Amino acid sequence: MKKKTKNKSKRKDSDIKSSREKMIGQHIGYRYDVNLLPDYNRLTPFLKKYIEHMGWDDLNWLEDVHMGYEDGKPAVFDRNINGWVTAPPKMKLPKNQQDRDMIARELLIKFQMSPNHPLVVLKKAYKKSD
Amino acid sequence: MASLKDHKSHQLGLHKEVLTGRTQQVFFNPEESENFFYYNSYKVDFNKRTEIDVSDLDCVSLNKKIKNLMQKGFGTIVLKNPGAKHSLGVGILNKLNLIIEGSLGYFGVGSIDGPIVRISGRVGWSCAENMMAGKVVIEKNAGSCFGAAIRGGDLICKGSVGARSGIDMKGGTIIIGGDAGAFTGFMMQRGRIIILGNVGPNLGDSMYDGTIFVGGQIGSLGADAVEGELTELDHSWLKRKLKVAEIDKKINFKNFKKIVSGKKLWNYDNLEPTEKKGAI
Repeated sequence: MKKKTKNKSKRKDSDIKSSREKMIGQHIGYRYDVNLLPDYNRLTPFLKKYIEHMGWDDLNWLEDVHMGYEDGKPAVFDRNINGWVTAPPKMKLPKNQQDRDMIARELLIKFQMSPNHPLVVLKKAYKKSD
Repeated sequence: MASLKDHKSHQLGLHKEVLTGRTQQVFFNPEESENFFYYNSYKVDFNKRTEIDVSDLDCVSLNKKIKNLMQKGFGTIVLKNPGAKHSLGVGILNKLNLIIEGSLGYFGVGSIDGPIVRISGRVGWSCAENMMAGKVVIEKNAGSCFGAAIRGGDLICKGSVGARSGIDMKGGTIIIGGDAGAFTGFMMQRGRIIILGNVGPNLGDSMYDGTIFVGGQIGSLGADAVEGELTELDHSWLKRKLKVAEIDKKINFKNFKKIVSGKKLWNYDNLEPTEKKGAI
């Protein structure tokens, strides 16, 4: 048990660099490149199909979607719920950020378009007209 | 007076759930069947086309009419005689081909999520404000606050734009074929702006993140905006994006400048003690 706590504190400290970070005891900023442009050679068949269905020429809004982290777990940010959607624990993620981002985009589409998305319930409750 | 507890949201049990520790995985099964559209969105066909004459319509009735036509499956809608009216084509959260033959006033095609919009004329202030996804192509010029607070999608103006384009943008790509005014990318937080012509003073002032590509001359850089290094990936992405933007100009990408955030405004190290004193 003791060993685990030691490792955790080590991992946390390695991210903390600036004096402000030291003061508040946590890392500031993103832990992945939010400005990374997508490499279209790594587009997945699912994403190709999505682009075709929407009638677009490229990833469009998905260019801004990346695989991030929440609470140490890989997660993708859903702007519609203003929260993180954690990747399924069994999912093996590739090392390359470009490939991870493509998976994040797939996950986000599946989540947003699902009839179980939280906004579907909210819409039922609060919508003013059809 | 009706009690808040009578609201439909209470009947649905939304106020009884314990939110702490709840994970979104409860709602989500990655094995779900392929679905590319929002639940309850309209199924439209791009080949089903219709026209609306806007001359006798106000913005509310026109926007309702567009919604009704999408419900009936129309995937291509042409707006005739828009007469530079304000707030036309706003809040379209669906796949759609919207063709506007003429010019728009203020806040045209705002808060859209998905449609492809083509505007043959000019647009007024705050065009495509808060856009989430889709593509908007404007053939002529645009007013100030072009693409204000845009979250995603491609917003293209083939002409020149006014001041404060991309103010507070949090994603998406703004492409300007001509020149751009002062304070372009003011307080931008994410996303990309491409300017093929010249840009006025204070470019990227107080930008927190995101990238600005400039093909022409820069009036001056704003606070915390610094020049970055163009990569191979930037070059290939720029070439691809300008094709998407339907801009046929011959462009020498070697002359492009890349502006990014210096990230000095992120931490407020020096401000903090002063703020604390004020609070005490």
